[in-house]
Amino acid sequence: MPISIKMPSLSPTMTEGKLAKWLKKKGDQVLPGDIIAEIETDKATMEIEAVDEGVLFEIKVDEGAENVLVGSTIATIMEENDSENDMMDLEGNGNIEGENNLVSIENKNKNLEFNEKKVTSDLSLDKTSSENRIRISPLAKRLALKNNISYREIKGSGPYGRIVKKDIENYDNLKETFDNNLNNKIDLKKNNFSDVPLSPMRKVIAQRLINSVNEAPHFFLSVDCNISEINKIRNQINSDNLKISVNDFIVKASAKALKNVPKANCSWNDNFIRYYNNFDISVAVAIDDGLITPIVRNAESKGLGEISKEIKDLVDKAKKGNLTPEEYQGGNFTVSNLGMYGIKNFTAIINPPQSMILAIGKAEKKPLIINNEIQISEIMSVTLSCDHRVVDGALGSVWLNKFKSYIENPSLMLI
Amino acid sequence: MRKFDLVVLGGGPGGYVAAIRAKQLGLNVLLLESNELGGVCLNWGCIPTKALLKVSEFKNNINKFKDFGIEVSGEISFNIKKVIQRSRNVSKQLSNGVKHLLKKNNVEVIKGFGSIQDIKEEVILNVSQGEGSNIKIGSKHLIIATGAKPRLIPGVDTKNDNIWTAKDAMVPKSIPKSITIIGSGAIGIEFASFYNDMGSKVTVVEMENSILPNEDQEVSETAKNIFSKRGINFLNNSSLVSVDTSKNNIISKIETNNKIIDLVSEKLLLAIGITGNIENLGLEKSNIEIKNGHIITDDKMRTNVKNIYAIGDVTQPPWLAHKASHEAMIASEVIAGLNNVHSLDKSAIPSCTYSYPQIASIGLNEQQAKDNGFKIKVGTFPFLGNGKSITMGVSDGFIKTIFNHETGELIGAHMIGSEVTELINSFSIAKQLETTEKDIINTVFAHPTLSEALHESVLAAYNRAIHF
Repeated sequence: MPISIKMPSLSPTMTEGKLAKWLKKKGDQVLPGDIIAEIETDKATMEIEAVDEGVLFEIKVDEGAENVLVGSTIATIMEENDSENDMMDLEGNGNIEGENNLVSIENKNKNLEFNEKKVTSDLSLDKTSSENRIRISPLAKRLALKNNISYREIKGSGPYGRIVKKDIENYDNLKETFDNNLNNKIDLKKNNFSDVPLSPMRKVIAQRLINSVNEAPHFFLSVDCNISEINKIRNQINSDNLKISVNDFIVKASAKALKNVPKANCSWNDNFIRYYNNFDISVAVAIDDGLITPIVRNAESKGLGEISKEIKDLVDKAKKGNLTPEEYQGGNFTVSNLGMYGIKNFTAIINPPQSMILAIGKAEKKPLIINNEIQISEIMSVTLSCDHRVVDGALGSVWLNKFKSYIENPSLMLI
Repeated sequence: MRKFDLVVLGGGPGGYVAAIRAKQLGLNVLLLESNELGGVCLNWGCIPTKALLKVSEFKNNINKFKDFGIEVSGEISFNIKKVIQRSRNVSKQLSNGVKHLLKKNNVEVIKGFGSIQDIKEEVILNVSQGEGSNIKIGSKHLIIATGAKPRLIPGVDTKNDNIWTAKDAMVPKSIPKSITIIGSGAIGIEFASFYNDMGSKVTVVEMENSILPNEDQEVSETAKNIFSKRGINFLNNSSLVSVDTSKNNIISKIETNNKIIDLVSEKLLLAIGITGNIENLGLEKSNIEIKNGHIITDDKMRTNVKNIYAIGDVTQPPWLAHKASHEAMIASEVIAGLNNVHSLDKSAIPSCTYSYPQIASIGLNEQQAKDNGFKIKVGTFPFLGNGKSITMGVSDGFIKTIFNHETGELIGAHMIGSEVTELINSFSIAKQLETTEKDIINTVFAHPTLSEALHESVLAAYNRAIHF
């Protein structure tokens, strides 16, 4: 029976997506586990994997096609016993078996890179994930695991690209040479570099940020916020069981400020400006080989305890690579905090299609003159990046002052 | 002048394989052989000796008839003429087979001796076809596969009927009453085993302090014990100083334990190795790099001169037919421009001695492994613990495996016993596929088979042997 491959839904809210790339051509033999195509969402590249064996009979959606509706047929596979007539029938009535059985989707960004880490840390986890079809000899694999080499990055020199001992040794030598040269002087005559293939996440980050910088005219507004009041409240709230961070206040204050300045809660589109009615705050989280921005939904209406717990969960999931697409796709506004790295202040690149991002620096104790008296206060410098197409200087300033007033008078957030 | 993509000099197990492979890849190829197709291996080496050694195996089996309840009356005797004739027929059959294979693959063969005359854009060869008849041939590429000949000792004249090289030992007119063999490598030991079984009084002289000096120490010692019990004499740390041919028997002056002794025997066999056939090939003109009588190549069989390749015994050791054939394929594939031609891993070439019992090995022996600084795991399993061996009545010997303790890599395997030259290939595959101890341990071996001993020796390396 002919099999129809449909555009998968990668999250409950997804209605359409982009067909990034066909990895099989019309007429190609397809085996279970073969990657047929790549689907792109705004944050990740997903792979469509064949579940059944057959021949790729027809490709219905061109490579690069955007706005492909979820559930629409993108290709058909002819099984061994199928005739061309069967295939015509399929096209006629569109009577297709349940799609979930036919296509399994894999979120490459999300899982694979991080599964790798798990395998690396545990020798007993010896399953080669067949979905990934890495060909590697048992010895090469053991050497890679022993030396903490991510063998997925290595091009195998054995039959059918099989990774063999020599490849691991060469890779190791290369790395060693590289490390040695970093420590010593750089010898220009030799190739003192190693080329590591781009991870899907790295590609997505590069693409999105290039778009953001090229398309959104950025401008920056900075202000100092006194967080002494926040710290007082934190001292009252925090116990062994509950730890509210300054960042939790920042997320809450950002959402509240957005609600108060609704004109700033928007995004640029070619023919219109979209204003949002929800106040979802993306939080930038650094993970190995990149960053990801999980979302605290409706942060304006959530309690600090709830926000705190949610962020902890999301960060934990992000580090383990367990975030689901709906946990990081969307969001109205992003908070990026480099305070823990001792950064005084910095400017951030807007996370499209959002229109603002807030860069948080390290809080420092400073003398402050209040009522003609010198007081020691804790000051945190924040910088707002705005997309000038939709947020002008005045609007950005209004929003930033609102934010500042929430931070300096945290009891206002209770209202 | 006729022109080719590739000319192969020599039609042995290196040359004819190179020619066929090149033809398969669409090259216009010519094979030049001045003697017999099949080379030393087929005509005067591996094959005819195996035919002789089968006779010696029969003899040993007949000796066991009583144990198995087979009763034969009358005396066992050998018709040496027929023994030799069969061995020659086998060679001839296989040599004809090579001729047929070349024909089937449409490889043109010219009988003649090729030498390099000039190297310009292409290699110009002079082919001498005897009686002053010469032709010139041009070729884009050249593979030198001229093989090797026995290494001789200065002052020891092998033209003397009683002083043999391996070739003479393959076609004796009669079985000598006694024979002294210089050298205890594979060739020396195979002839020692054969002539001992044929009833000769055999003495083996070896410079090193163990016989089969390339093998693992334990294998060498076991072999020496078994052969000694069967009547072969060994003189280790000994070397041939001179030969007295003035009497009916050969008197070999042997230096051993700082003194010179006389070994008197009907025949003297030189089996101290081989030296490459590099003479009269015009190599001097082309400045091809040579070391110790053998051509130097890289791991893709390229010499230092562009478009000239060398394979097999004329190159560096090990000198084995299967190495030559393998190198042949590499060279032809490189010449045909294939991508990703694999390189020969010299640590993964098995070597076999077809004596009785047989000896086979691959990779490093225990001493070499230690010298290389590996932390190792060693397992040994005797055939005494193997059911099939007991049923066959051949429980001498053992299998020994050496693993890298840190990575589980199979560093070497060494065996002595019945049919081990067949068993070794399992480890060749294991090494090529880069299996670890775990993969071999997890493999199901059929019961009852000799191969189970492979499994057990690996288990033994990890202190898990079940049957011993």
